[in-house]
Amino acid sequence: MFTPFFYKLKEKKVPVSITEWMVLMEALDKRLIGNMSDFYYLARAILVKSETHFDQYDVAFQEYFNGIAPPLEVTEELLAWLTDPKNRPQLTPEEMAAIQKMDLEELLREFEKRLKEQDERHDGGNRWIGTGGTSPFGNSGYNPQGIRVGGPGGMRSAVRIAEQRYFRNYRDDMTLDIRQIKVALKQLRKLNRTGPEDELDLDRTIDATCKNAGEIEFMWKRPRKNAIKLLLIMDAGGSMEPYADLCSQLFSAANSLSHFKAFKYYYFHNCPYDVLYSDIQQRKSETIEHLLKILEPDYKVIFVGDACMAFSELMERYGDIYFHGYQKMSGIDTLKHFRSHFTHCVWLNPEKTVLRSYPTVQVIAKLFPMYDLSLEGLNLAVKKLVTRR
Amino acid sequence: MTQKQFEQFKGSSDYVISDPLKNAVNVSIVLQRPLIVRGEPGTGKTLLSHSIASSLGKELIRWNVKSTTKASDGLYIYDTVQRLNDSRFGGKDVSDIKHYIKLGKLGQAFTAPVQVVLLIDEVDKADLEFPNDLLNELDEMSFYIPETDETISAILRPVVIITSNNEKELPDAFLRRCIFHYIEFPEPDLMEEIVKVHFPNIKSSLLKDALDSFYVLRKIDDFRKKPSTSELIDWIQALMASGLDGKIKDGEIPFLGTLLKKETDIDYYVSHHVRKKPQGRGYNISGN
Repeated sequence: MFTPFFYKLKEKKVPVSITEWMVLMEALDKRLIGNMSDFYYLARAILVKSETHFDQYDVAFQEYFNGIAPPLEVTEELLAWLTDPKNRPQLTPEEMAAIQKMDLEELLREFEKRLKEQDERHDGGNRWIGTGGTSPFGNSGYNPQGIRVGGPGGMRSAVRIAEQRYFRNYRDDMTLDIRQIKVALKQLRKLNRTGPEDELDLDRTIDATCKNAGEIEFMWKRPRKNAIKLLLIMDAGGSMEPYADLCSQLFSAANSLSHFKAFKYYYFHNCPYDVLYSDIQQRKSETIEHLLKILEPDYKVIFVGDACMAFSELMERYGDIYFHGYQKMSGIDTLKHFRSHFTHCVWLNPEKTVLRSYPTVQVIAKLFPMYDLSLEGLNLAVKKLVTRR
Repeated sequence: MTQKQFEQFKGSSDYVISDPLKNAVNVSIVLQRPLIVRGEPGTGKTLLSHSIASSLGKELIRWNVKSTTKASDGLYIYDTVQRLNDSRFGGKDVSDIKHYIKLGKLGQAFTAPVQVVLLIDEVDKADLEFPNDLLNELDEMSFYIPETDETISAILRPVVIITSNNEKELPDAFLRRCIFHYIEFPEPDLMEEIVKVHFPNIKSSLLKDALDSFYVLRKIDDFRKKPSTSELIDWIQALMASGLDGKIKDGEIPFLGTLLKKETDIDYYVSHHVRKKPQGRGYNISGN
């Protein structure tokens, strides 16, 4: 049942698994879901585990269910009301006449029509769907054969809720703030026991004490510390100007995390050649040759840059547009050196996918796994950095 | 229909709840899966479990997770230091390890003779691996104590509510086993009900003015911390005590300090939204 909906969700990149789908089937089987609105919320509660995916869920829901109307609940409730003997004696002659005025189909048609026309909540009044009124549709109203619609704010049908797309702002492929970056970077972690033996090892102490016939014998161990070293290399070139804020956020997040064993950062302009700069004005420089000697291969390297440049800037030996003639190596060879020296390198690209077909971007993406500079991309990049090769 | 069995939790008089959340709670009870509740601070995540416990008439066991909490703390603690002490200076029977095994909150919830509500509060505060370490225990509702060769399994599966502030992403494997609900910030209608629960005798004009002003503030995106429900409640209390209304006049809001807790936010509000007075007097943010 609803299996195409499962694939619809997958198509919209909502990470649903079979396990969760089976839970939903169990819930359906236990008849926990009575109407479309319930289904919308419960399927979401069971299938979607982060508000960042609610928007994709809404889109999928809308696309899949939009064709299926009207919601079954209306017919059932209405029929139940019409056949409910308890209500009949209480009807006044006018009310009986009112029932005869509209037959079921007409009522439903009218309901849909008004639902479409109506675009906001209505309380009171005699026409719109809402609460407290005498319109045939709504909640807590007085029309005897009215359709009661949901609970509070109930005129939003499930598909309509989906249509509102309340959660658009929560999508994680959109925004980044420092805190989110920190959370993402915190995953860069490998705990090793290092340093002096100054942590009491309780279990071994007890063992040793017992063996020592109760005379207390202390045993010590080394504390656990994060062994990750991070190297951040950022493009400070002109084409990166629009992303200056984003890059500085990434930098301040990484810099303020006292979480790494070592954190180093360098800048380059458009494409790294021979030297990297330790300040953004590009005055203090260090040669890459030297850096690759002093930095151990287990540094995790994150390049940030748009990777867009003239083809010659990347591929040719004298490609540097700023310092003609002094280069030892072409940009691509420099990058290849990084690739072979460090075990883990990734490239974060703030440019959206439009420019990914740019030739130099494609060349660099072959060298380094390339991700968007978005929360989603950063998370993927971090995962790449901590996995074993 | 199984409607009767399904509608177990209906909310309690001191906690206003939206229908989707109520349904999510009930589904998690029926399917016996933990419910993860996420949302902005001050939207009542922790209070939810209190409300569930009181409305179902069950005991609440609360496990506050801290950055140093380990998953095994929730199961049991083997008090080795006490045992060591006893062996040296005499005390209980040292040969029986059982005396030194203390059950953690999870263990207490499993061994309770009646069904309880177990709240695992702020699960994301702990180490990243914390939720994964609890996977099996929450799935099977049982765990093994190697020291005493005992298996503790739940007599009655507790209702498990887990809250998270989104500080850390929770692992997928953990999430797959849970029901998830994100508490949205309440819309004005629901907020009205919530305020009425706190102040049953509030004048409707005051309530309306206060809520209008409050949602004007909420719409300003540049605040570091937007005012939340608990700030609104405090503010209304201050308004009621002082007899002021909650209207915004020329941008000025009485007792602004109860709504905005960060100095930068207050500065921002005053400089951007308070109409400047010609006399150049200081701006009144304290309400008198």
